[in-house]
Amino acid sequence: MTLQLCVKAHYFRDASRFLTLYVGSTRAVHDQFGGACRGEILEHELLGNVSYEPTELVITARCGTPLSDLEAALAERDQMLVFEPPHLGVDATVGGTVACGLSGPRRPFAGAVRDTVLGVKLINGQGEALTFGGQVMKNVAGYDLSRVMCGALGTLGVILEASFKVLPKPSIEATRRIESTLPEAIDRMNRWAGQPLPLSAACHDGEALYLRLSGAESAVHAGERKLGGDAVADGQRYWAELREQQHPFFGGDEPLWRLAVRSGAPQPDLPGRWIVDWCGGQRWLRTDAPASRIRAEAQALGGHAQCFRGGDREADVFHPLPDALMGLHRSLKAALDPKGILNPGRLYRDL
Amino acid sequence: MSFEYAPALDGDYPSVDLDILLGRLHQGVPTDAVLHAPEDLRPYECDGLAAYRQVPLAVVLPDSIEQVQHVMRICHQMRVPVVARGAGTGLSGGALPLNQGVLLSLTKFNRILHIDPLNRLARVQTGVRNLAISQAANPHGLYYAPDPSSQIACTIGGNVAENAGGVHCLKYGLTANNILALEVVTMEGERVSLGAEALDAAGYDMLALMTGSEGMLGVIVEVMVKLLPTPQVARVLMASYADVGKAGEAVGEIIAAGIIPGGLEMMDNPAIRAAEDFLHAGYPVEAAAILLCELDGTEEEVSDGIQRVHDILIASGATEVRVSASESERQMFWAGRKNAFPAVGRLSPDYYCIDGTIPRRELPGVLKAIAALSEEFGLRVANVFHAGDGNLHPLILFDANVSGELEKAEQLGARILELCVQVGGTITGEHGVGIEKIHEMCIQFRPLELEQFHAVKAAFDPQRLLNPGKAVPTLARCAEFGAMHVHNGQLPFPELERF
Ligand SMILES: Cc1cc2nc3c(=O)[nH]c(=O)nc-3n(C[C@H](O)[C@H](O)[C@H](O)COP(=O)(O)OP(=O)(O)OC[C@H]3O[C@@H](n4cnc5c(N)ncnc54)[C@H](O)[C@@H]3O)c2cc1C
Repeated sequence: MTLQLCVKAHYFRDASRFLTLYVGSTRAVHDQFGGACRGEILEHELLGNVSYEPTELVITARCGTPLSDLEAALAERDQMLVFEPPHLGVDATVGGTVACGLSGPRRPFAGAVRDTVLGVKLINGQGEALTFGGQVMKNVAGYDLSRVMCGALGTLGVILEASFKVLPKPSIEATRRIESTLPEAIDRMNRWAGQPLPLSAACHDGEALYLRLSGAESAVHAGERKLGGDAVADGQRYWAELREQQHPFFGGDEPLWRLAVRSGAPQPDLPGRWIVDWCGGQRWLRTDAPASRIRAEAQALGGHAQCFRGGDREADVFHPLPDALMGLHRSLKAALDPKGILNPGRLYRDL
Repeated sequence: MSFEYAPALDGDYPSVDLDILLGRLHQGVPTDAVLHAPEDLRPYECDGLAAYRQVPLAVVLPDSIEQVQHVMRICHQMRVPVVARGAGTGLSGGALPLNQGVLLSLTKFNRILHIDPLNRLARVQTGVRNLAISQAANPHGLYYAPDPSSQIACTIGGNVAENAGGVHCLKYGLTANNILALEVVTMEGERVSLGAEALDAAGYDMLALMTGSEGMLGVIVEVMVKLLPTPQVARVLMASYADVGKAGEAVGEIIAAGIIPGGLEMMDNPAIRAAEDFLHAGYPVEAAAILLCELDGTEEEVSDGIQRVHDILIASGATEVRVSASESERQMFWAGRKNAFPAVGRLSPDYYCIDGTIPRRELPGVLKAIAALSEEFGLRVANVFHAGDGNLHPLILFDANVSGELEKAEQLGARILELCVQVGGTITGEHGVGIEKIHEMCIQFRPLELEQFHAVKAAFDPQRLLNPGKAVPTLARCAEFGAMHVHNGQLPFPELERF
């Protein structure tokens, strides 16, 4: 299978034709939040967990492995992927998870996809199968190209296999709901995040502040007393709906923007409806406001904005980069995919 | 010595006229910030891997980003290689100067620019010492998590360049997991910002690429780090074992029980004895191994956890388990581990610290193999081990004044690293490749991967002026090395697929 893919990538490089990468049906997700992409579709299946060593805290899976299968294998041993990956559909795969680089509510407290990826196998734009990183927790041999694959949307390589650091599931979790305005909530969640509390999620959904505590029973209970508010009976469902964008906020056709800003930053001056997740670090916005205005506001708060769904998919959906940095992006892209055959336009129009 | 910079293998540079170079440097950098007298260059001739020494053409000590940009532009124009240097505590020769190159010392970049308690981050200059960040954050109840044993001396820029770890990185991650943004000056002298205060910056993860890149891709001038709330309490358990294998198994059992300790370290008998001799910390000198397991968090979870881990350790065959009763006792338990290198250093005129990572389950076999190699080479080895994440530090004792011992120590070290690769591990967990493990890179990676690394390097530094000869071997160097290195007529790892 690897060999076939290599040959195909080779062929496309020599013919200067483009490839669009999908694994299973992460396609829906890619098309949703990446830029419009031209090229012939390369679908590949490479299924199955390759190895899983619970006491080593490492799992390795092929790119086509359904994310739900991988999570089920981990759950059997009371372990998890700490970045709580969104599936955004039923068919999310391991390769797509790495390529999209999306993380769920636990992100500000436990890290992102890139923080848990230990190694990858990939095919670069030259049709070469390469292995970077490994299956051990610490490894500084060579440049860290495994992490670079995270969020690169397949523009640097076809991910064949990935190894992740995994962690034990917390013994218990509890969710609290606290009445609060949005500005108040942003301040409070950041203050709490600076205290030794076992916080694992913090979000204001336009109505109230929700906080999740995870860990040892005693610590979670002590945390609940400290936070106050009301216990949420079905906290797990609340966070799953938020993660999977099934919260009513995400319905409808209005453009959906994702603003990443300094977590304690005040609310940007933009019209529309908001959900403020990641302890203030990730702010979802439904608005028709012009892209330039949204981007300027996000940038002023130390961050960036991405048109996640709807809006103009032919324009760059990701935040434009300063010239010098864009220059480095072009050179890095050329280093892995000199002919530019892999997912052209998916991340930035000229990559 | 097994490594020597070889222009034919590592890259050749035009010879430069020192006076012209100095004249042009002085246009943007004060005269007293450029050193070139032999006696001034001497302190920069090596880093923590003191077996390798080389004085540079000149040392420049800029104190502003503009000055760094100036130095880089001049060196770029004149094709003079540049080696960045933080505190010079690196253990792989990463900051070893080149005789034709400029050594760029960043120690004047020692200001903490901003601590932001609400957003839990700090912006610091590259030359700030690791520990100084936690000290500055402490009044806000915050700290910077990665804590290499060298933290009183090493710089944050050096930490980023090496992706440094510490005893707490199983739970809190490495440098890569604890930084948000970098200001970098490229070889052309251009300033770029990588990453952001906001999470998951747009575009490629350049921050990840720069972390651990050993000064090969750019010069880091500023770092934005994450700060974490200081845990309410931390307590340590110290368990003694009569058998190293049992201690190794206990580590797996703690993790299987769903516990991720703040720190989980192991020392073998020679390391225990050395530490006890040095510090009188009350270490059990008869034990074959000890495990140090630290739990941190809220009062409630730590006292629960201590009980659980205590039971696991006893069940796993520990002969004695002690729990720190006070903060000073906790510090005492750690002191032996944190000072293991200098302690071992007292046993012998010289020691050589190895840095391989292995899947933890392989520990008993690897320790046995190391003992056998130790015997074969006739050199003593003490082992300290970041047991939680499989990072092994065998310390090889030798005497550089005995002819041939340094070479023997290096050969023994190389054999240990090969062993690490064979069992599915890697040649460096946290100290970096530098020049020290340049040949072992030929074992860890195939030519295709090495070529990919060179292409990435060229994307940042097409003329290969940044730290040449380090971190990624040229294929020519691997070919030279390979010619010497075919074991029993076999290529290394014949079972691996080759494309
Ligand atoms: C006693 C002792 C204990 C140690 N314990 C640990 C440990 O527990 N964990 C661990 O990870 N390491 C440890 N080390 C190794 C060393 O301290 C780390 O690698 C540290 O990160 C090096 O920092 P430095 O400032 O001394 O860098 P240097 O040694 O000066 O440089 C290291 C490398 O980084 C590059 N570099 C430095 N500054 C910059 C910059 N601003 N921009 C670009 N490149 C730069 C250099 O070119 C070189 O390649 C230990 C060392 C000693 C001596």
